[in-house]
Amino acid sequence: MSGHPTYVPTHPAAQWLERRLPILGLLHSSFVVFPNPRNLNYWWTFGGILSFMLAAQIATGVVLVMHYTPQASLAFASVEHIMRDVNYGWLFRYAHANGASMFFVALYIHMFRGMYYGSYKEPREVLWLLGILIYLLTIATAFMGYVLPWGQMSFWGATVITSLFSAVPFVGDSITTWLWGGYAVDNATLNRFFSLHYLLPFMIAGVVVLHIWALHVPGSNNPTGLEPKTAKDTLPFHPYFTVKDGFALACFLIFFSWFIFYVPNYLNHADNYIEANPLQTPAHIVPEWYYLPFYAILRSIPSKLGGTIAMFAAVLIFAFLPWLDSSRIKSAVYRPLYKIAFWAFVVCAVLLGYVGAQPPEGVYVLAARLLTAYYFLHFLVILPLLGIYEKPRPLPASIADSVLGPPKEAIHADANPAHPRKSG
Amino acid sequence: MVASTITDEPTRRDFLFIATGAVGVVGAAAAVWPFLSQMSPDATTLAAASIEVDIGNIAPGQIVTVKWRGKPVFISHRTPAEIEAARATPLSELPDPATDESRAPNPEWLIVVGICTHLGCVPIGNEGPYNGYFCPCHGSVYDASGRIRQGPAPSNLAIPPYKFAGDAKVTIG
Ligand code: HEM
Ligand code: FES
Repeated sequence: MSGHPTYVPTHPAAQWLERRLPILGLLHSSFVVFPNPRNLNYWWTFGGILSFMLAAQIATGVVLVMHYTPQASLAFASVEHIMRDVNYGWLFRYAHANGASMFFVALYIHMFRGMYYGSYKEPREVLWLLGILIYLLTIATAFMGYVLPWGQMSFWGATVITSLFSAVPFVGDSITTWLWGGYAVDNATLNRFFSLHYLLPFMIAGVVVLHIWALHVPGSNNPTGLEPKTAKDTLPFHPYFTVKDGFALACFLIFFSWFIFYVPNYLNHADNYIEANPLQTPAHIVPEWYYLPFYAILRSIPSKLGGTIAMFAAVLIFAFLPWLDSSRIKSAVYRPLYKIAFWAFVVCAVLLGYVGAQPPEGVYVLAARLLTAYYFLHFLVILPLLGIYEKPRPLPASIADSVLGPPKEAIHADANPAHPRKSG
Repeated sequence: MVASTITDEPTRRDFLFIATGAVGVVGAAAAVWPFLSQMSPDATTLAAASIEVDIGNIAPGQIVTVKWRGKPVFISHRTPAEIEAARATPLSELPDPATDESRAPNPEWLIVVGICTHLGCVPIGNEGPYNGYFCPCHGSVYDASGRIRQGPAPSNLAIPPYKFAGDAKVTIG
């Protein structure tokens, strides 16, 4: 985008470095003068919040490892040691445990923002796919992290989730034995999960770099879903978006701190303060809240293999959104029917989460089945058809117009798209 | 690329390209194997294979849980009523048909791996509509022969290899 200054280092040291490694110029063009659509709302601040939370998880995680022992007979006691004996150990552990939940809060908001405003559509498909990759890696990371304190929920959550692979025909049992490194979840399992729990966040960080690279090619989407056309449509990242992201982050951290300092175990399960016992399953096992909708889908299908397939499909189907949504219009603001479908899907996902936390009996079984059916219906039927039958509302001529109102002479009929769907 | 490489005859570079590529592929495949294999059960895990259990003081109606290969094994001293009910069940009522005779050759003793065949929780003994085992995780129900009757589990509770040694001992594994 033209109209924004490029980086010219003034300090001799900066000039020296810039001639050898132009990293200051890269940071300057990416995070100082980078042109963002001027109409970004607060839903766009969760990318920055997520970056912060990833850094926070790594920082608190590295500290925890300094005091944690990845050995089945010592792990539980070492976490209690962190909680009771290590200076501020309780703070680091509560920040890390609740930080994982906050990560998912921000991640889900970030993803649903993308869905509401059609951010996965051309030209941002690769950006979306990298985001899905981050989501999958985060799911794996948090799952393995939850095993580390070696409580009852750690152990039985690990057992149930790894046993999903035993549903694979013929080789299922060999796969689980290989994953466990034994005939049940045990010390070998704990050790490999610890190794991977340390590794994966750094892989996430790598994919985040690619994600931001892919973002900075087309630039951010925005509430209108229009691409910027002139310099009037954008504002430089600094100070306009640094302050907006910073303010939102500060508010988010207050929310996060409330969990750490006032209800640190609200999102945890009491059973996880009982040391793992391979001979006894807790009466009611449930996964962490961020997996509950998928857990409900798993249980809704009365077959082991079928339930496993449905659960993995429910996660992976997000990757196909760019091709399932047939509408050319990005933003739900201009798609009256999609707006309804979007909120119906949000309600469906939240209810699935609620049902996933209930015992699988009575009315919950039926509810889980209906909601699972609707979940897939949304992706596989509603999204493809809406693009064909929906009549979009008229789009503004530009991003600047949507904010400042149209210039008097520019109210043309051509703001109204004649062909609301893809030609293909 | 460079004009001089385009000849009809294979050149020394073509040979090196194919030879290096072939060795590289074989080498990469050979290097992957140890990476995969190290995750399988190690020698100590494989060695801890069998256990001997004293069953002389398990009363009729009682189920005792022992640990074998890191998993629970249920040793159930069945009552005559349980045996009779298990033997009388017609195979047509079973999702995973198996006779009680084949599962408990010595009818007083049922020895099964206490791992639900759904997703691996430990079922609770003397529970459920068939007075056998009930899995709290997703509600699978087994009968007094450890056979699946209801719920998402696909098959009967597994039977470990075991041998009775006299009246009062059993070797599992
Ligand atoms: C995306 C980033 C990460 C997520 C989502 C995450 C998630 C989790 C979760 C959910 C737990 C269980 C907390 C509990 O209930 O006690 C955990 C524990 C743990 N994590 Fe992480 N983690 C992340 C990054 C890291 C990193 C980078 C390290 C090490 C460098 C680390 C080290 C640990 C350790 C040692 C524990 C066990 C202590 C404990 O249970 O509090 N984590 N993690
Ligand atoms: S693990 Fe037993 S019913 Fe699912």
